[in-house]
Amino acid sequence: MEMVCIVCPNGCLLDIEGSGDDIKVKGALCPKGIEFAKTELQDPRRALTTTVATVFGDMPRLPVRTADEIPKADLLDAMKKIKTLTVKERLHEGDSVCEDFFGTRLIATADMTRQNINL
Amino acid sequence: MDNKLINEYDLVVLGGGPAGLAAAVAAKENGARVMLIEREENLGGILKQCIHDGFGLVLFKERLTGTQYAERFLKKFYDLGIEHMTNAFLNSVQRLPEGGFEFVIQSAKGMVGLKSKTLVLACGCRERSARQVFIHGERPAGVFTAGTAQYLVNIMGQMPTKKCVILGSGDIGLIMARRLSLEGAQVEGVYEIQKSPAGLARNVSQCLDDFDIPLHLNSTVSKVFGQKRLEGVEVCKVDENYKPIKGSERFIECDALIVSVGLLPENEVAQSLGVEIDPATKGPYVDQELMTDIPGVFACGNALHVNDLVDYVSQSGHLAGQAAARYASGDENRIKVEYNSEDFLYVVPQYFDKNKEGEITLYWRSKADHRGKKVAIEVDGRAEKSKKYMRLLPSEMQSLTCTVKADVGQISLKMLDG
Repeated sequence: MEMVCIVCPNGCLLDIEGSGDDIKVKGALCPKGIEFAKTELQDPRRALTTTVATVFGDMPRLPVRTADEIPKADLLDAMKKIKTLTVKERLHEGDSVCEDFFGTRLIATADMTRQNINL
Repeated sequence: MDNKLINEYDLVVLGGGPAGLAAAVAAKENGARVMLIEREENLGGILKQCIHDGFGLVLFKERLTGTQYAERFLKKFYDLGIEHMTNAFLNSVQRLPEGGFEFVIQSAKGMVGLKSKTLVLACGCRERSARQVFIHGERPAGVFTAGTAQYLVNIMGQMPTKKCVILGSGDIGLIMARRLSLEGAQVEGVYEIQKSPAGLARNVSQCLDDFDIPLHLNSTVSKVFGQKRLEGVEVCKVDENYKPIKGSERFIECDALIVSVGLLPENEVAQSLGVEIDPATKGPYVDQELMTDIPGVFACGNALHVNDLVDYVSQSGHLAGQAAARYASGDENRIKVEYNSEDFLYVVPQYFDKNKEGEITLYWRSKADHRGKKVAIEVDGRAEKSKKYMRLLPSEMQSLTCTVKADVGQISLKMLDG
């Protein structure tokens, strides 16, 4: 079977033979492609990037991401959980928004303290 | 109104996106006095709304979101204490007879006058709109560029649609297909007039395939319907000349059409100064240090040519900022970088300044899809650098670097059979 590696912008077209742990991967420009093919077949995972509501008028949404990838099947449930969250303090990039989020942390990906509030 | 010209800078950087930030940081690190002008309220440019990841692999060997990538440069920018104005528009810029430039800027504090020795254009690019791709029909609300939809969702937290059609398979369109799906909208499909997707293969995979969104190639949106709000669109198949195929029309009920049909470098200021624009890139002609044909005016980032990756935008900003900081007017001594327009869509830079011998990096796109071709930089007829490519696509920018001496007579980029 064929699949596109999504690890980097090269987007290698991988040609995969076999199944389970015993697979042969052709077409990967780097070892990450082989790793990706193995995970993708057994336990596909994605990083979730989205935004969380805040209480601040000058920045109504805070961009966030999962610190690690989460199971692909959990993406829509994760979005449901996101809708229940509200950020109430001004965070820095890398700060936790939610400590326990589908097996990892949800972290801020932007700084909220540098908004040019005073024109 | 206080319009006295009292502030003198080495550089004025126009634009506070990734190119402008990198230029300002590089110039400041080289000892220049820098002023950066940004029309929006906050610095960061389009990266502010790029919450998705995949940025920074070239520069930082990490997978960052656009906002995290911006943060790296913003930290440096603020740490260096670089002077800047936000919510500020350039009203006019003029060349001074004695060299240098005079600016009038409209800011929240009123009109401000500035002078500088050099100008770095980092104005980015703009999206082509639905008006530029000739869609027939009414003029209802609900037709958005992908960037506008992205702004509404990611910055404002407002959903622009419940069910939409996306026209064009550029990366922003693909990213928005995933984004809108995650937020609960139904994306009926992505329609692309070409025979292959315009965006990266991995975005087709992780943005469309992951969410079972169909991609229709050789297809386009031919009409929009609706009086106040969009009520639906007509899509159809096209032939090899992009003409609609009769009988292939199909009506789709939807409340939004998201248009992702390409980007154009923004060069209004460059043109007001008389900077010459390359019709192939739609950005200024530049030499290897990104100086335009007007001495002291530099161009970088997407204002120069539209890049696939922000990493390259930052690299060109860095180069322009560095060059502008040490710019001293001297005799120009340039040769044109030659290429066959049958093989390449374009090559940047278009000139090599022989006063600045050393490394030159050529950024280019192939004119058509190719497999197994070799591309070489030839200096005076000798291949100085060549590379074999498994696959070349017009949608994927490539680059080659080599060293060139001051006594060079001819530089050309060649496409050869592997």
